[in-house]
Amino acid sequence: MAEVLIQKDKQLLDKSVLETGEMILNMGPQHPSTHGVLRLKIHTDGEVVSKIEPVLGYLHRCFEKHSENLPYEQIVPFTDRCDYLASMHMDHAFSMTVEKLLDLELPERVEYIRVLVSELQRIASHLLAVGTFGLDVGAITPFTWTLRDRERILDLFEQLCGARLLYNYIWPGGVSHDLPPNFIEHTIDFVDYFEPNIDELNDVLTTNKIFIERSADVGILPAEVGINFGVSGPSLRGSGVNWDLRKNEPYSVYEKFDFNVPLGKGEMGTAGDCWDRYYVRVQEMKESVKIIRQACEGLPDGDVHGSLPKKIRPEAGEVYGRYESARGDVGFYIISNGKNVPLRVKMRSPAFCNLSVLSEISEGWMISDVIAILGSLDIVLGEIDR
Amino acid sequence: MNFADIIKFIETKTAGKFSIIEEREVILVSPANWAEISTLLKNESELDFDYLMCISSYDKGDNKTYGAAYNFFSLKKQHYLEVRVDTEDGTAIPSVTSLWQTANWHEREAYDMMGIQFEGHPNLKRILLSDDWEGYPLRKNFKEPDYYHGMPVPKDKSYWE
Repeated sequence: MAEVLIQKDKQLLDKSVLETGEMILNMGPQHPSTHGVLRLKIHTDGEVVSKIEPVLGYLHRCFEKHSENLPYEQIVPFTDRCDYLASMHMDHAFSMTVEKLLDLELPERVEYIRVLVSELQRIASHLLAVGTFGLDVGAITPFTWTLRDRERILDLFEQLCGARLLYNYIWPGGVSHDLPPNFIEHTIDFVDYFEPNIDELNDVLTTNKIFIERSADVGILPAEVGINFGVSGPSLRGSGVNWDLRKNEPYSVYEKFDFNVPLGKGEMGTAGDCWDRYYVRVQEMKESVKIIRQACEGLPDGDVHGSLPKKIRPEAGEVYGRYESARGDVGFYIISNGKNVPLRVKMRSPAFCNLSVLSEISEGWMISDVIAILGSLDIVLGEIDR
Repeated sequence: MNFADIIKFIETKTAGKFSIIEEREVILVSPANWAEISTLLKNESELDFDYLMCISSYDKGDNKTYGAAYNFFSLKKQHYLEVRVDTEDGTAIPSVTSLWQTANWHEREAYDMMGIQFEGHPNLKRILLSDDWEGYPLRKNFKEPDYYHGMPVPKDKSYWE
């Protein structure tokens, strides 16, 4: 009997039932690890990835087409919905570009408020990024901790403008409301509470052995490859490229603040690995806390609505504005033809460029590592698909 | 380098192959010369534009001229340049994907939205819209389709206002 079975096994083998060769694995669009509706066509050889083709567009909401039919002030709610995890940054980037087109000077109080809320937003966005990155590689507790702290920032924003996620707060020419009473005290309370929590996060996640094994030396992004693919923000700084618009080309009032630009040094592995990209975000939260403290201290008095233009009608021309958001270098290219509706609005989305490098750095890694690499790039599909 | 120096430098290398839109600090290149100028921008150590920030497609509004605006930045030299390449409908622009990988997806997006053809692109197909979409939605003469896969597209937008 046994011999017959062995014979059958041999026959099966001869018929090449056990095929080898490339297999295409579909991941998404409904998959918790793709952080949204992203579909990845993963070409695999066994478990080893040879190529990834991201399929985009599941969240395409025609932002650029809508913008061509709306007055400038009505585009801001749409920019909110592009990067829904860092809406303040998108509003700020768009407003700054329109102000560049209008050649508008803003009161210092407005700039301080903008920096203050942008840095709070940066912490909120990075908290979600590091939390979900931990979740991707199997650490569940830190995710609940980071969401608990993010909740307090959303509460602050709710006091500020009534909305928790989509604010429509920063307008071309100013902000929609002045700070509510006691907002500064509440912010200081928050950063006092939050700062020790970063160390706690480092204890439980950053230096955790299992976490390091999953993320260090995985998905290494060399600096020159990152630059060639247009990668920006914490993902590029993780590779050791010292480039932060807030420092190198200070916009708004960033030149008045004292803060550092954290870079990936390869402390746990090679520079530019997943762990470095993760740790840059953790360190940036500390730097944001520093900026928030200085902004709260130096906040000048004044009117925040004085510079809001009655009607936004820029002269014909075009402008390209850059902004350092939580995910990287946001750009708006606006062409105006002298009407109150732009002729063309193009958004350079940082996550769009960051995602394009995924195939390059995932080659040769396992499928489970692709999850880690994707998590460390911190993509937001709303901004990729627009 | 500032804009004037950059112009002077490109002028010495390739005279008369581009024009300048002076008041906007933009250079205008024809598709025929773009391959040469783009290689110059990337490889010349004086210019060293290693970072392509954005490619924005635009419609001139005369139903035949479309174009792409390239925003370059040099991380090493810290200077900027904007280049525009205008093209008639149907004439392809040489792809710069082999020089800057950023261009790969941005060119696909320009093709998807504005119908600009890029010659030499490794994989020029739609990126944000589905493959069976007809027309290029960011063109000014784009008409919203009446049906998509047999489903009527709602035209009554009165509930919006």
